Amino acid sequence: MASTNTNRPVLDVRNLSIALPKGGDRPFAAEKVNFTVSPGEIVCLVGESGSGKSVIAQAVMGLLPKALPVVGGEIFLEGENIANASEDRLRELRCVRMSMIFQEPMTALNPVMTCGDQIDEVLRTHTRLDPQKRKDKIIGVFEQVSMPDPPRIYDSYPHQLSGGQRQRVMIAMALVLEPALLIADEPTTALDVTTQAQILELIKEIQRQEGMGVLFITHDFGVVCDIAHRVAVLRLGEMVEAGPTHDILSRPRHPYSRMLISSVPSMLPAERARHDGARMVLRTENLTKVYGGGGLFQKTHSVRAADDVNIVVRQGESLGIVGESGSGKSTVARCIARLIDPTAGRVRLGEDDVALLPQRLLRRHRRRIQIVFQDPYRSLNPRRTVGESIVEGPMNFGASRAEATKRARNLMETVRLDPDALDRYPHQFSGGQRQRICIARALAMEPEVLIADEAVSALDVSVQAQVLKLLDEIRERMNLAMLFITHDLRVAAQVCDEVAVMEKGKVVEYGPVADVFLRPKHTYTQALLAAAPGRDWEFGKFEAA
Amino acid sequence: MSIVLENEVDAAAARAAAVARPSIWIRLLRHPSVLIGGCIVLVMMLIGICAPLLGTIPPAQIDPTTRNKRPGVEITVRQDDGSTVQRTVLMGTDSLGRDIYSRVLYGARVSLIVGFSVAALSIAIGVLIGLLSGYIRWLDGIVMRIMDGLMAIPGILLAIGLVSLFRAGLATVIFAIVVPEIPRVVRLVRSVVLTIREEPYVEAAISVGTPLHKILWRHVMPNTVAPVIVQGTFICASAVLAEAALSFLGIGIPTDTPTWGNIMAEGRQFFRVYPHNIFFPAIFLTITVLAVNMLGDGLRDTLDPKMSKRV
Repeated sequence: MASTNTNRPVLDVRNLSIALPKGGDRPFAAEKVNFTVSPGEIVCLVGESGSGKSVIAQAVMGLLPKALPVVGGEIFLEGENIANASEDRLRELRCVRMSMIFQEPMTALNPVMTCGDQIDEVLRTHTRLDPQKRKDKIIGVFEQVSMPDPPRIYDSYPHQLSGGQRQRVMIAMALVLEPALLIADEPTTALDVTTQAQILELIKEIQRQEGMGVLFITHDFGVVCDIAHRVAVLRLGEMVEAGPTHDILSRPRHPYSRMLISSVPSMLPAERARHDGARMVLRTENLTKVYGGGGLFQKTHSVRAADDVNIVVRQGESLGIVGESGSGKSTVARCIARLIDPTAGRVRLGEDDVALLPQRLLRRHRRRIQIVFQDPYRSLNPRRTVGESIVEGPMNFGASRAEATKRARNLMETVRLDPDALDRYPHQFSGGQRQRICIARALAMEPEVLIADEAVSALDVSVQAQVLKLLDEIRERMNLAMLFITHDLRVAAQVCDEVAVMEKGKVVEYGPVADVFLRPKHTYTQALLAAAPGRDWEFGKFEAA
Repeated sequence: MSIVLENEVDAAAARAAAVARPSIWIRLLRHPSVLIGGCIVLVMMLIGICAPLLGTIPPAQIDPTTRNKRPGVEITVRQDDGSTVQRTVLMGTDSLGRDIYSRVLYGARVSLIVGFSVAALSIAIGVLIGLLSGYIRWLDGIVMRIMDGLMAIPGILLAIGLVSLFRAGLATVIFAIVVPEIPRVVRLVRSVVLTIREEPYVEAAISVGTPLHKILWRHVMPNTVAPVIVQGTFICASAVLAEAALSFLGIGIPTDTPTWGNIMAEGRQFFRVYPHNIFFPAIFLTITVLAVNMLGDGLRDTLDPKMSKRV
């Protein structure tokens, strides 16, 4: 590497402060942040949403929007202060001395250029190599990021590649000029766990080979545990704690880091009461959903999103459906809730089969199955008060407004919100609070089955822990049958009694959570469990000091 | 905040979420093109309403002795009782001796009535069709093919055809301009419905058993309001133009009612000698259409920022 002095850090951030626009909830996006990244070291910035971790990365790259100026401190890249460097100088440095990879590999690549051309552009801008040398170099870097068939990738457009391959192209582009510093902003958040594990492994391997410094930004402590040498915990723009990964994870000192680490659900299944004798509330028989096929003028490609799915949920029991994106887990949930029509099979609610009921007859059964969605920001109508959203269902079934409102007030207490907040609009609540409101809306129907479709995936880990606890309490207290759709094995381990693992529309393994997690039989389940970040680390439960 | 909270992080997020923006009315009034466009439209409306009070004479009054006077000329008008009064014709007179100033001011009435009622009617019909077509799948194919058919015929041609089917008059003209405008509203509303119907809050409403008409009214329709208001202003502007065009072609409002299009049509013959016959109604028409369009642009920027980036 270019650096002659190996002791000098690649990146040295001193007292960095970045202002937020006036009228924000705090004056600084990042305040007096200090950290260094040495050659051959991976440093993780970890924090929840709004902690300022991405803003710091953008500041280093000189990519901050005008509304967020650097108002204090220095950023030394290999000894050169770039905090207030000119745009020309930054352009010289980007890709050459420092590179960045982003969360969403689809939007970070230009959809109308082949992957090879996009990297070629970097080389044309920064080097004087002739075309053949450039192409050789690009093919070489594709090989370095373990791409199958590099010449084919060179001529492929981004949409022709999978998410993991796109992220590899991004990494190849970042690495092609052998920078001293690689910044990775949540590079695996949009990927499935098995792909995530491969990409993390790749970043570690390349970092070892090249001796780069890596600044890795994530919200996931499992990832931190797998990849970081040192870690810095951020909270609302302030760095609360920094140190070697092992120290921080095993002996966090700051109450906030203690709380965060304690909130990470354990991979070990929790001890749970059994519900063998309980009444069967929901059962699917050979539930199948086929998308596409037919078509008016031509035969279209058809996908079996759910294929012969047989599951059973008993009263008071929680069944988890886990799988990666595209496995069909959400399709099953939506077929059961009859938000989409199943192609074949039965959905038995007690004695009634609701799978193929026409809308007119279905309405009577609607209240028996309720669903809580993933995105708390889109699940509530922004133009109606939360009270109106909660009373809508009961009033559809003939409750008077006074009666429904009374029930809504009780439910707000059940989900630990102030009943007087019923008059507020959704935008006045945080994500976690909105998810509680959605739970209250579902409970207002007095359902027999509650479906949580990735209901905690969009939440920060500390809020997620609270919502999970709430859901579990409600299930216990109301003796609800719960269907828990999640991609997060840690969540499934904590709140489910039984778990069904889905792959490509099929249930490949189904059984009590302890059996599936501790003694997985199917190879896919084994691969999933092996890929879970931080699987070998038991995150301690610290009392808030 | 009085909400019972379990930790501070959530509280901070809630505080950040609750930071209020200035209300929509204030933001609208701060926008220069809303302010200017709105004021001009308002002035035009006042002119139309108060036309009799603004020193006009009956717009259809013919005076053979004062034909083709140029703007600013002082004329002597003989009244019924035999006395005479001196009057300055601000915008001149036409070939029948009618006062252009009076005709233009009264003409504002027709233009604005046509503009606003066309906008209101095509929106009302278009929103209804668009909502149903966007939400009910089997209806979509049929409705949209009809709309495609309507859009394939040039608007003014369709309007001419429709006018010729009925007796010429204000209602006929409005109807003839509304029909070609409907497909544009339908397509706009349908595109909004297609995105909103996938929103989780609509699915939540379905799963709590909300009947179809309530879903459309409560959850889907409010999302179409902003883009439809914006589209409405553009429809209003083009309806004013279409009315003038129809009148100019002699198939719109009968000539005894003054409209800007009629005045221009009648002034066409002597345009090279007496350009004022066309100049003044044309200026009013241009300013009105420009103002309505400015208002529309401003509304679009404030109500529908996504659309303003697209267009």
